[in-house]
Amino acid sequence: MSINTDMAVRVTAITQVAESVKRFRFERLDGKPFPVFPGGAHVVVAWKDGGMIRRNPYSLMSAPGDTSAYEISVLRVEKSRGGSAFLHEKVKLGDTLSLSQPVDLFPIDQRGRKHIFMAGGIGITPFMAMMDQLSKLNQNFELHYAVRTRTHGAYWQELTERYGAHRVKIYCDAEKLFIPTEPLLGAQPLGTHLYVCGPGGMIDGVLGTARKLGWPEENLHSERFLAPPPGAPFTVKLTRSNKTVEVAEHQSILEAVEAAGVDAPFMCRGGACGQCETNVTACDGEILHHDHYLPQADKASGKKIMICVSRIKGKEITLDL
Amino acid sequence: MLVNGIKSRPVYTGLTIDPNAGRHLFALEGEGPQALFDQVQQVGAGFLASAQILYVPTTAAPKDHAAKIAALKPDDLWLAPTIAVLLNRFRNELSRATMRTRIYVAGTEGFIGQVMRETLDFGVDHKSIRNEHRGSEARRVQCVHCKGITEDVKTSPYACTHCGLNLLVRDHYSRRLAAFQGVSIEAEEPGTAPPPEELFR
Repeated sequence: MSINTDMAVRVTAITQVAESVKRFRFERLDGKPFPVFPGGAHVVVAWKDGGMIRRNPYSLMSAPGDTSAYEISVLRVEKSRGGSAFLHEKVKLGDTLSLSQPVDLFPIDQRGRKHIFMAGGIGITPFMAMMDQLSKLNQNFELHYAVRTRTHGAYWQELTERYGAHRVKIYCDAEKLFIPTEPLLGAQPLGTHLYVCGPGGMIDGVLGTARKLGWPEENLHSERFLAPPPGAPFTVKLTRSNKTVEVAEHQSILEAVEAAGVDAPFMCRGGACGQCETNVTACDGEILHHDHYLPQADKASGKKIMICVSRIKGKEITLDL
Repeated sequence: MLVNGIKSRPVYTGLTIDPNAGRHLFALEGEGPQALFDQVQQVGAGFLASAQILYVPTTAAPKDHAAKIAALKPDDLWLAPTIAVLLNRFRNELSRATMRTRIYVAGTEGFIGQVMRETLDFGVDHKSIRNEHRGSEARRVQCVHCKGITEDVKTSPYACTHCGLNLLVRDHYSRRLAAFQGVSIEAEEPGTAPPPEELFR
């Protein structure tokens, strides 16, 4: 980013909220209030990892109107690239990190007369902020929350207590309870909006059911962040910066060019927002498009790449950067 | 005289039947049923078993459209005497509708706009509504000066039926008002309005 608006923060609380899930509370070093954010927004958390700067996006789950602190909840992922492992194991109370300004790629559609949230596991986090916002506006919403086991599921108890069992439904895999997607979506009043956040398979399944039932595309909202998938190393040539950069196995192109001192545009770092769209000048190999931003035609053309999550299978790619 | 090439001018993309919808709610006016008949020709009459049709036969329309719709045996057909009465019934239907209901509108632009506006108020995106323009091209225009709306405007300029100003009709459209925007054509120099030109037949 050309304008640095990052906020230096201190970790002021770390809470184990469920098996493998920790909540982190951040307060600004300069003591100023955080911006009020719209429910569904995320921040990019940055920290120094050895000689590198790591940046990962996390949904804000604190109350959108609370400007004293921002909170995120992080699931410890088995095959972590370093993000969740670092936050879970290395970050201690009092440590300083850097947060980007909040960005909302998963906003509430304010025209809706009713809002249905479907969460799988850690996908609950953006909905925590969205429900806080809607309940203060006295708007109609329901949460359908699937968890693996009661001990793995974060916040289900406090959400049930806060919003009531008529608005918060918990489905536990271990108890053979699953979200009854079809009857649920088949009976919603006109003007309902659906929001899904969770594992990719769940999102595809729920949205597929909604489409099959005749829900218009305009009422379907989902968010999935991708961690940049690993792959074989390759070389990136940057025409404008006149640099040649090696991309390591567990590194994204974006991370590699940043490490080389190139200021590439980015926002979500999860293949969703479109900010890091880059023109491909030449490619000796096959582009592996991992994003869910570029239209199919652009992916097929081989002329564009989202450098935050996509990479190549081959030797070398030349980018207009 | 017409000012066109304005982005807000609605585009009517056709009454295409959504095969996934559980219920099809139609609001038709005047020549609108012809769009429905075209769909029946293209995809068959199967969808009519779960179709509810509200129709207002305006005086300009041949009388046999209503009989022809009835012959197709939709699940429900209701004839309205005026657009205002149809809109009232339509609102009631929307309050009972579910997300499985697909909404279709066909007729003149003024009618489509008013039905769309009712639907938007229910939290439906305008892109979710299937529509097709049939019949007269006469426009529903709001005078930007006195805010009075004139139906069936066929010329530009036209004299506002509320305040009498000579208004230039533009493609500038408001979904909220369901009307094109008319602006004084002789604001700088009163008395210089060109003669009305019949543009919308």
